[in-house]
Amino acid sequence: MDVTRRDFIKITGATAAGLAVSGGHGFDLSPVRVHAQMLKTKYAKETTTICCYCAVGCGAIVHTSKKGDGRVINIEGDPDHVINRGALCSKGAALAGLVENENRLLNPMYRAPYATKWQEVTWEWAIDRIARRVKATRDASFTEANASGQTVNRTTAIASVGSAAMDNEECWIYQAMLRSLGLVYIEHQARI
Amino acid sequence: MTNHWIDLKNSDCILIMGSNAAENHPISFKWVTEAQRNGAKVINVDPRFTRTSSKADIYAPLRSGTDIAFLGGMIKYILDNKLIGEEYVLNYTNAAFLVNKDFSFNDGLFSGWDSKIKKYDRVTWTFQLDEKGALLRDLTLKDSQCVINLLKKHYDRYDLKLVSKITGTTEADLLEVYKTYAATGANNKAGTIMYAMGWTQHTVGVQNIRTMSIIQLLLGNMGIAGGGVNALRGESNVQGSTDQALLFNIWPGYIPAPSGKMAKLDDLLKRRAQSKDPLSLNWWQNEPKYIVSLLKSFFGDKASAENEFGYPWMPKLDEGKPYSWLDIFDEMFKGSIKGFFAWGMNPACSGSNAGKVRKALANLEWMVNVNLFDNETGSFWHGPEMIPENVATEVFMLPACVSVEKEGSISNSGRWMQWRYAGPKPLGNSLPDGDIIMELGLKLKELYKESGVFPDPILNLKWDYMTDHKFDPHKVAKQINGFFVKDVKVGDQEFKMGSQVPSFAFLQNDGSTSCGNWIYSGSYTDKGNMAARKKQEDAPNKIGLYPEFAWAWPVNRRIIYNRASVDPKGQPYDEKRWVIQWKDGKWIGDVPDGPAPPLIGADGQPDPKAKHPFIMTVHGFGQIFGPGLLDGPFPEHYEPMECPVEKNFMSSQFTSPTAAVYGTSADTFATCDPRFPYVGTTYRVSEHWQTGLLTRPQPWLMELAPQMFVEMSEELGALKGIKNGERVKVSSARGSLECTAVVTKRFKPMKIAGTVVHQVGMPYNYGWRWPASGKEESANLLTPSAGDPNTRIPETKAFMVNVTKL
Repeated sequence: MDVTRRDFIKITGATAAGLAVSGGHGFDLSPVRVHAQMLKTKYAKETTTICCYCAVGCGAIVHTSKKGDGRVINIEGDPDHVINRGALCSKGAALAGLVENENRLLNPMYRAPYATKWQEVTWEWAIDRIARRVKATRDASFTEANASGQTVNRTTAIASVGSAAMDNEECWIYQAMLRSLGLVYIEHQARI
Repeated sequence: MTNHWIDLKNSDCILIMGSNAAENHPISFKWVTEAQRNGAKVINVDPRFTRTSSKADIYAPLRSGTDIAFLGGMIKYILDNKLIGEEYVLNYTNAAFLVNKDFSFNDGLFSGWDSKIKKYDRVTWTFQLDEKGALLRDLTLKDSQCVINLLKKHYDRYDLKLVSKITGTTEADLLEVYKTYAATGANNKAGTIMYAMGWTQHTVGVQNIRTMSIIQLLLGNMGIAGGGVNALRGESNVQGSTDQALLFNIWPGYIPAPSGKMAKLDDLLKRRAQSKDPLSLNWWQNEPKYIVSLLKSFFGDKASAENEFGYPWMPKLDEGKPYSWLDIFDEMFKGSIKGFFAWGMNPACSGSNAGKVRKALANLEWMVNVNLFDNETGSFWHGPEMIPENVATEVFMLPACVSVEKEGSISNSGRWMQWRYAGPKPLGNSLPDGDIIMELGLKLKELYKESGVFPDPILNLKWDYMTDHKFDPHKVAKQINGFFVKDVKVGDQEFKMGSQVPSFAFLQNDGSTSCGNWIYSGSYTDKGNMAARKKQEDAPNKIGLYPEFAWAWPVNRRIIYNRASVDPKGQPYDEKRWVIQWKDGKWIGDVPDGPAPPLIGADGQPDPKAKHPFIMTVHGFGQIFGPGLLDGPFPEHYEPMECPVEKNFMSSQFTSPTAAVYGTSADTFATCDPRFPYVGTTYRVSEHWQTGLLTRPQPWLMELAPQMFVEMSEELGALKGIKNGERVKVSSARGSLECTAVVTKRFKPMKIAGTVVHQVGMPYNYGWRWPASGKEESANLLTPSAGDPNTRIPETKAFMVNVTKL
């Protein structure tokens, strides 16, 4: 039987419990090694992800604390992923540093015309204001027919770029929304 | 990729050209190394000696922007030495087709050139037909109008001496590459190509790839294990975002976006060319089912046969007019674009001619920038040379969460759709992009309910993708897969309303199915979420297909055009690494390109039920003669928009006659100009990703690769008195930046037509916002906003610069 790493963790977990009761039956494993595995996973939720950088599509395992702040403890290559078999490059190996990063944007920010500073705003305010700006620009520029008199029902005063950084499902609803608004200037990373 | 990452291990010869896989797709090298262990040869062709070169068996340098000359020489070598896979070429490609007698090529121009509008009329780029409209083929290949004979004639000029003069590659190096790669023309040998932006970012980008595709067809390398044409895509979901059509010219599933010429839905449904060949499957004939099902996914119950399924609500393009990235920033620079979304993107650094882009942003009335970190785009108004008090643009910068904080799928370069799970909750008040989009959509619907211009598409847009007021990726994934909107009988199978469509073969053109993207049909069925599968077992052919690990579009086919991997009797050309085979009256192995039987039956007679293998082309053949592009049916060498030579040694046509060029004051060029004497190119480092937007705010990665730099040869360093580590200024006709000199043996001066030409290279991973010094700027300040006529991808890989000591 091939034992995958994830099975291995389950087995070693069971064995560790067994050790206390029956004094070492089952697998011949170093207790130190078992202890090291336990430290990483005992108080953590384990989820799998696919690296967010290049398009090789390497698998990684994310350990998130079940206690305290609920943040990421560790991210490492997934040995059961058939493409990368646990390996990651310099960027992938640093994935935890992307998530737990003090430079991240944590609130919607707004910069008024001619202002010299950002100001923090609420989501509700930002979404409302953006929608109103979209509507005003769209309604003022909406073109029902082009120069040849063909029906085109579009606006060329609004453009969108992005994003290959979104999931398939997000990309799909985004293009549906943009097309419902009549945008034709829809582009993203694939073009550059 | 026609194939996939693991499949690289099956190759006998891997050509890495136009990419630096070892540094930019590092884990791909796991499989390149595996192939090498199995005896494969790795060839690397690159202007610079990279870490990919260091692992290669053969390295050959070339001048940036001369790939067609290099590869055209290989086509000539293959034809001159009769190294083609004859049966394959005759039966599976259009080599035997007869081209229109009025087609011609003369001194760099194909027939049909109109110098006034700078476009080709492609009326002669066609095939001869008989009186019934069926294709004429000459299977003896003797007719001078045979595609293969025109190909021979076209590349006869690409001899070693001339190719060497243009590319700067020595004749000995050229010959070694040609000989090694062409050896994969043998039936049981596989050769593959790994390319990336090194091929696409040229005014001849598409034709670079076309040249290689022709080579792969000639050598019988398409459809087989260890073969194919493999684009190494640079973003985790750029395959998926392309599939989902975040591009002006397509709707989801590569359905060409309609122009105003298509006034009625019926015009759209009847647009596809038909083939008179009963053996051609001509898959795009099915397009009407995909279009109607797509419109149903957009407008749900509001789409009916009576209202053309909502087709009139969809925006239309002007026929032939591009609305591409370069066009967006050209229009924005000129002031016609007022509002702008930069969603998960950083055009202030990623756009070529970034100075033009940054000026254009200041012309906007409003901009929405969604990202993980503050960046050069969102903060453009206080960037270099900007005076905030003069910038009227209203800017919203919205915090998106990281991928590990949400659930959903992405599609890798090998077309594998893989599901990701949420670990921690989104940090702070950041949100999944999906929630931001849903909320904005809901708000727009609310506003348009009150009043507004042409509100129907907005109000009728199906927008039920939330569960408990949160974006639900499962609901969208199911919509993308498609479902039956009423009880439907397909053949002898019955489906209940609301059940998931098992595959695109079941989609209908009468409004009874709703499907967001036909090529993803089969990814989320009543059997579950196929992208989430993790089975470790390989398929019986043991070539690394792992058919139940994740899901690949289309229909979980892991190697596209696999029907070309077998001979006309359905038996694999390579018994050891077979992909599919016809056994006991059916196909086994990978999911075949259609269930039709092999061309030749067991009785040795042609089977009338058979189909040609290249099912996505009209006639079912691989296209050596490719009539669909704007710049020619055969690739031809033209110089980049900026180059170090005074003429094109191949013809009187200096640069691509159809190149996309723009005319604002920011679009300046300098070719053969003593102010900018060196060839410049751009690339990436392993430690940063794209513009560095996600990696420059990370201390670990910044410590590994802290600075913008320019690499140059020791000879150029000596010539300019520049030492390794010194700060220098790099300038082009469009802009300049300061960076650190890396004087290295990795670049060598080249002899081009008897003259010494120096090349320098820069990573494009930097920008002023991070690191805090504000001095590490984007290489795109130097690059031109000119591009390929077909894709309009900018030419950021070959331009002219100067380097001076600070």
